[in-house]
Amino acid sequence: MSEAQTLERPVEAKAKYNLIDCDIHPSMKTPAEIHPYLSQRWRDHLATYGGHTRQGLSETLSHPRMVPEVSRVDSWPPAGGPPGSDLPFLREQHLDGLGIDLGVLVPLRFNASGQRHPDLAVALAVAINDWQIGKFLEPEPRLRGSIIATQEDPASAVAEINRRASDKRFLQILLPPRSIEPLGKRRHWPIFEAAVSHNLPISMHVGGVGGHQATGAGWPSYYIEEHHSQVQTMEAVIASLIFEGVFEQFPQLKLSFVEGGFSWVPAYGWRMDKAWAAMRDEVPHVKRPPSEYLRENIWFTTQPMEEPNPAKNLTDTLRWIGTDRLMFSTDYPHWDFDDPRYAFKVPLTADEKAAIFAGNAVNFYGLN
Amino acid sequence: MNEMIRSLDSKPALSTVGAIDCDLHPASPATAALMPYLDEYWRETFIMRGVDRMSLAMTASPPRSPINVRSDWKAKSGFAGDTLEAVRAQALDPFGTRLAICNVLNGAMIMHSDDMAAALCGAVNEWLAREWLDKEPRLRGSIIVSAQNADLAVAEIEKRVADNRFVQILILAQNDEPLGRRRYWPIYEAAARNRLPVCIHAGGSNRHAPTATGWPSFFVEAYVAQGSIFESQLLSLVAEGVFHKVPDLKVVCAESGFTWLPSFFWRADKTWRGVRAETPWVTEQPSDIVKRHVRFTLQPVEAPLETDALTRTLEHVDCDDILLFSTDYPHAQFEGLNALPAALGETLARKIMIGNPLATYPRIAADFAKEVAK
Amino acid sequence: MARHVVAKVDELDTGKSKLVKVAGRDIALFNVKGEFFAIANRCPHEGADLCRGQMVGLAESDEPGQYRMTRHGELVRCPWHGWEFDIRTGKSWCDPARTRVKSFDVSVSKGGALAEGPYQAETFPVSIDEDYVVVEI
Repeated sequence: MSEAQTLERPVEAKAKYNLIDCDIHPSMKTPAEIHPYLSQRWRDHLATYGGHTRQGLSETLSHPRMVPEVSRVDSWPPAGGPPGSDLPFLREQHLDGLGIDLGVLVPLRFNASGQRHPDLAVALAVAINDWQIGKFLEPEPRLRGSIIATQEDPASAVAEINRRASDKRFLQILLPPRSIEPLGKRRHWPIFEAAVSHNLPISMHVGGVGGHQATGAGWPSYYIEEHHSQVQTMEAVIASLIFEGVFEQFPQLKLSFVEGGFSWVPAYGWRMDKAWAAMRDEVPHVKRPPSEYLRENIWFTTQPMEEPNPAKNLTDTLRWIGTDRLMFSTDYPHWDFDDPRYAFKVPLTADEKAAIFAGNAVNFYGLN
Repeated sequence: MNEMIRSLDSKPALSTVGAIDCDLHPASPATAALMPYLDEYWRETFIMRGVDRMSLAMTASPPRSPINVRSDWKAKSGFAGDTLEAVRAQALDPFGTRLAICNVLNGAMIMHSDDMAAALCGAVNEWLAREWLDKEPRLRGSIIVSAQNADLAVAEIEKRVADNRFVQILILAQNDEPLGRRRYWPIYEAAARNRLPVCIHAGGSNRHAPTATGWPSFFVEAYVAQGSIFESQLLSLVAEGVFHKVPDLKVVCAESGFTWLPSFFWRADKTWRGVRAETPWVTEQPSDIVKRHVRFTLQPVEAPLETDALTRTLEHVDCDDILLFSTDYPHAQFEGLNALPAALGETLARKIMIGNPLATYPRIAADFAKEVAK
Repeated sequence: MARHVVAKVDELDTGKSKLVKVAGRDIALFNVKGEFFAIANRCPHEGADLCRGQMVGLAESDEPGQYRMTRHGELVRCPWHGWEFDIRTGKSWCDPARTRVKSFDVSVSKGGALAEGPYQAETFPVSIDEDYVVVEI
């Protein structure tokens, strides 16, 4: 074989996944779309009592957003229904449009995890998991689902996880960062145990209605504050997981934090490390510096992409977090969506791109 | 005692001689010590109710926790920093401190009764003046107030302001509502009117959970959450238009950390562009507003000092004016006399020690000018 | 530069926009109270279609709690991140003033106009020729 021929031979076969989107929000055309998956009792209940969460307004988010349905103005399906409710349009505009090989559904509608009625919570969780299968996972092989698990009722959450675990179209367990108590607390540990036993990662997507004020400083007035407050919430959950010793108990547990961005992570790790160095004796079960658990057990999706000025400052952040910890996401169809073609305004090497846009998710979800 | 401490410590990487320490904590007074500074009604009813025997220590700031007491500053009996002798020997002399601002963290600030809170805060301020400022010319004070009742807070400010040794107002980081909310504005207006910065110090009332996801189990976890609270407060002050309404207002964040600033700036600026119409009085990007109006005490320096993290972070922050020297005595934020990380370099260190505090505190600047004039 | 007919005047109602293709470029055409404007369709931030954005007025304020809405329909909000562009000039609102303000410089005027900034959508001259809208590229 000549030298030229050797050099031209491809090094490896084309990767199975080039672009994985770790955050797509599916929706119902109308609330009644969930009915086939609910018993009559719960259809009646929703038609009368409705949802019952730990917040003032019953039908809407606490802070109105700047656009209808929190969504991109151009994402309303021509055939009708709210953004994310029409599979053909989702395919056309998003999956086909951007060349997405795999998209992970993060259903937020109905707020199953935030329902105060414990039986409604479970009924909705089961229904939404079934709905994901019926409407999206069956007809569209590029889509994967998240198991809604009712964290306030760990026994029911575990039962639902066990029920779904063998369906490999569910890639992860979805828990809300805002809960009644920080999720690291021991009463939630059966959920982590179930996750690890089934080799399922846990995803924490912004939101949840835990019944606490949206920031530690109190209830913010404006959406700019509420939007940002999700970062501080994630910080609190991470601290809880680490300081409660979840990763000592479950070293194999993998978690992702979704839709919170990521540039806050390094400084938060430094903060936890410094506090831990002074106060280790309060938490002797935390055997290593917090940032080590952060580095080993936790991943972050990239959206909303951070935009420093100058853009090159992001390079430090990427170096500090590790480009192996980031997984690309669009948050389609929400307004602060990131387009994979233009999201990164700093240069990435080919390896970094491959890792962030698919490779890290492949590892995280165990797709290899 | 001085000699022993100094000889135990090797020379610090950067000298702190001449510094203005913008966050020093004399131990919070026992309630009994406040009695001479209360009027008859409070004195008598406190005795009757046993309040004079009550500790007003705050859950958010346990006075004996390892973060709040560096081991070599521990008192043999009593609390760290509870005597003038200890503060001189440990916090002032070894560092060569020129001036230090006393931030007294006392539960007076969080009593539910507005009047009780105001009476106790007034007593703490009087106690500080008589027992500390009167006796040690290097010390300056912060006027503590209970933010929950703005009228009473303003009354205390106006009463105390004639004493030039009080150089700022002190409130806690966590209150009933985010600090940008309009109910707190009279405090800011009074502060600005009197050319006194408002210092927001780590800690709080714990009247609601310190995170959006409930109550951290551990103090170390709650301590970490306090940094996040500062981020929410900054955004509240900006979004509510406090700096627009009170353009002369200066805010100092004390014991907040600062290495989280770049990420905070990037996110706040980006989001603002898309949601501007909801708060149209915010006419410039949040990071510019913060850089103009807000300062941060140096401790804690939350970065791995053996790497370039601090240097890179300060480049990201891109504002040499923003840090104010502090020891945070007697809290355990650094070892020996190494209050200034070497990575700062001499020029920036000097600015942090002297230039930035002088630019922040007009009363201190006036003192310095007088001394120069002499 | 060449003149291109892109639409009939009565095709686009006031307060509406449409995408037109001219000389290989995607152009967002707007009818602002009977006047026509053309800007490059691609948002300079992340490439969204400005022709799909909401046409809105300019929200301003002199102080917290006061709201003033003027220039109705003269701005377009990018359909993704909501950045506001002046349809007439293509200039974006909401960008940093070019000079960094020094510490405690309280002489910065409060309630001043928003700084117009570096993000700019490219504009194209539009004229009406009888019943037709004409764009010059």
